[in-house]
Amino acid sequence: MYKTHLAHLVYNFKTLRNLMAKATPARSGDYLAGVAATNNLERVAAQMVLADVPLKRFLNEALVPYELDEVTRLIIDDHDNVAFSAISHLTVGDFRNWLLSEQASTATLTKIAPGLTPEMVAAVSKIMRIQDLILVAKKCRIITQFRNTIGLENRLSTRLQPNHPTDSPAGVAASLVDGLLYGCGDAVIGINPASDNLEATSRLLHMLSDVIERYQIPTQSCVLAHVTTTLKAIEQGVPVDLIFQSIAGTQKANESFGITLSLLNEAHLAGLELKRGTIGNNCMYFETGQGSALSANAHEGLDQQTCEARSYAVARKFKPLLVNTVVGFIGPEYLYDGKQIIRAGLEDHFCGKLLGLPMGCDVCYTNHAEADQDDMDMLLTQFAVAGGSFIMGVPGADDVMLNYQSTSFHDALYVRQALGLRPAPEFERWLQQHHIFNQENQLMQQSVIPALFKQTLQKLDESSDEYQ
Amino acid sequence: MNTNNPTTLDLDPWHSLTHFTPARIALGRAGMSLTTRAYLEFQLAHALARDAVNTPLDFEKLAQQLIIHGYQSLNLESQAKDQAMYLQRPDLGRILNSMSISCLKQSTPIAADTVIVVADGLSSKALEQHAIPFLNLLLPELQQKDYILPAVCLVKHGRVAIGDAIAEIYAARLCIVLIGERPGLSSPDSLGIYFTYKAKAGKTTDADRNCISNIHSNGLTYQQALNKLLFLIDKSEKLKLSGVNLKDESTNSTIEQLQHINFLLY
Repeated sequence: MYKTHLAHLVYNFKTLRNLMAKATPARSGDYLAGVAATNNLERVAAQMVLADVPLKRFLNEALVPYELDEVTRLIIDDHDNVAFSAISHLTVGDFRNWLLSEQASTATLTKIAPGLTPEMVAAVSKIMRIQDLILVAKKCRIITQFRNTIGLENRLSTRLQPNHPTDSPAGVAASLVDGLLYGCGDAVIGINPASDNLEATSRLLHMLSDVIERYQIPTQSCVLAHVTTTLKAIEQGVPVDLIFQSIAGTQKANESFGITLSLLNEAHLAGLELKRGTIGNNCMYFETGQGSALSANAHEGLDQQTCEARSYAVARKFKPLLVNTVVGFIGPEYLYDGKQIIRAGLEDHFCGKLLGLPMGCDVCYTNHAEADQDDMDMLLTQFAVAGGSFIMGVPGADDVMLNYQSTSFHDALYVRQALGLRPAPEFERWLQQHHIFNQENQLMQQSVIPALFKQTLQKLDESSDEYQ
Repeated sequence: MNTNNPTTLDLDPWHSLTHFTPARIALGRAGMSLTTRAYLEFQLAHALARDAVNTPLDFEKLAQQLIIHGYQSLNLESQAKDQAMYLQRPDLGRILNSMSISCLKQSTPIAADTVIVVADGLSSKALEQHAIPFLNLLLPELQQKDYILPAVCLVKHGRVAIGDAIAEIYAARLCIVLIGERPGLSSPDSLGIYFTYKAKAGKTTDADRNCISNIHSNGLTYQQALNKLLFLIDKSEKLKLSGVNLKDESTNSTIEQLQHINFLLY
């Protein structure tokens, strides 16, 4: 069915799923899954065949059977044919040309988003270079709101991630102050709890809510516990801003995470009912990452990038405030080195944005990956040029709880400075009002603690003297 | 690294908060970027972690040290042929190569009670530093229980699950795997211990294992780890299982008084 001749060889790809996997730029996870192209020629052959596949084909040949997978059913059942009509005559290759053309304006891209399926978007990304992924994603504008506005032009937000190995409140607070004083935290103040239980989660949620209220910070909080833990917290009246969950692109992988679409729907409704957002009601926070389905042995023969794009169909159903691709966290068996991590991060951002999602990226790596800070600088810079919605802010780039390296508060300041990007407007006003930033969004004088925290920190110094 | 330079601040005025967390806070800045000091400290930590992953473990030396302490060992290998393959193909790191299987079968004595497996995992440094001192505590304890112990299995390029095949060949009831954990920036030498009751290759899943993690100079001590492991062994022998249904209730860590306080809400 999917066939071509190249260099006197016949290439025959049995299914669209097979073709997509073979057309994917090389990465270790697809080799591990046994779905990758066996050599460069086969990869290019697959890309050439894929370029000639009509977009319509993706509506008729499900990559994971409709009967067996609720993510496929969601994709097909929610597909908007009217939105699709503007591009329904195109092949994957034509679609790439169209996306790069002036015709594909911000307004047009917004209009067609509900007509795109994750598979169409994944397919076109496979025949795009990094500069294409950047240029097209930059045209997408996805704006979401809770207590501030994420995703405006020339803005880049940050998730303040004050993790601590034992969830010590003082330890969390120390990183939290550090982050705020470095201008970080407008996307969310989000803690990965060391232990996923109701008591620990509730304690951290109360703490974050009290801090946000006390210091009148125009941002939202999140404790990244399992959705069922957060639902229990809501039942008990614990203040929950954003509801978090890790999601994946197949039903089986989601089951391995202990979730279904109906559970996510229940969580979304519970979050909406709280009405804790002041200017908007995008109350979900999702995390994804290439390789997660394979690591759960639930990739259904798909390549990991297509799996990842399918998880965005799950995300967009619930109108999230933030979607974060945790690109380098999973390890070198899925993304081997800096090159693979960088491309994957930009692919995820591109696919998510085209599908209408507020995409952030955890620009990160583990110590067993062939990557370093230079690789992260490249992804960070390219991601910001592409108009990424938010990045992480981890003290000194070293997450002492999760044992991996992400972007630091300093990294966020660097990229804002280099590209003239600003925080969310509400948060920017707060930073300036409290003399953390000056009117040019630069940090104020270094030797002075801003008045907001001065008293607290002075008291602390006095009382900790007593303890010593 | 002139700290008097007005454009550079080596430490932020809230530096006292570093008492509360091992996180890299109050680093100071050069303009809005990292100072030379903070940058080079990070590079040092990353170099240590990278070297822990990529430096091969000296298995010969480990075997010799064991002999000095009166213990026999056996050198085995997984199907991952080199480090790059080991990192990219976790499936191959879980299977013994054919040489190792025949070596094991030749040496198999009567049914063992416990097999001890030492695998390099993701940190050779962890094994180099902690394997011998920990085994010196553990092995006498097991001998006191009159357990039949075959030679300690030293596995190159091994993942946790490789212990399952070894336990199966020995028909051992208990499987104890010591393995180098993925190194963090501040813990390049972290040792992990995985404990499984009646492990079977291909059938045992991660849910069937108990893990004692974070054994290193700033983490769990050898004695703490040993206490946990002995607790798990005793309970597992009674319940005849391991994994999620075997809860570790051995100790509760105490946190310092000040750590409970969120000072931001004074």
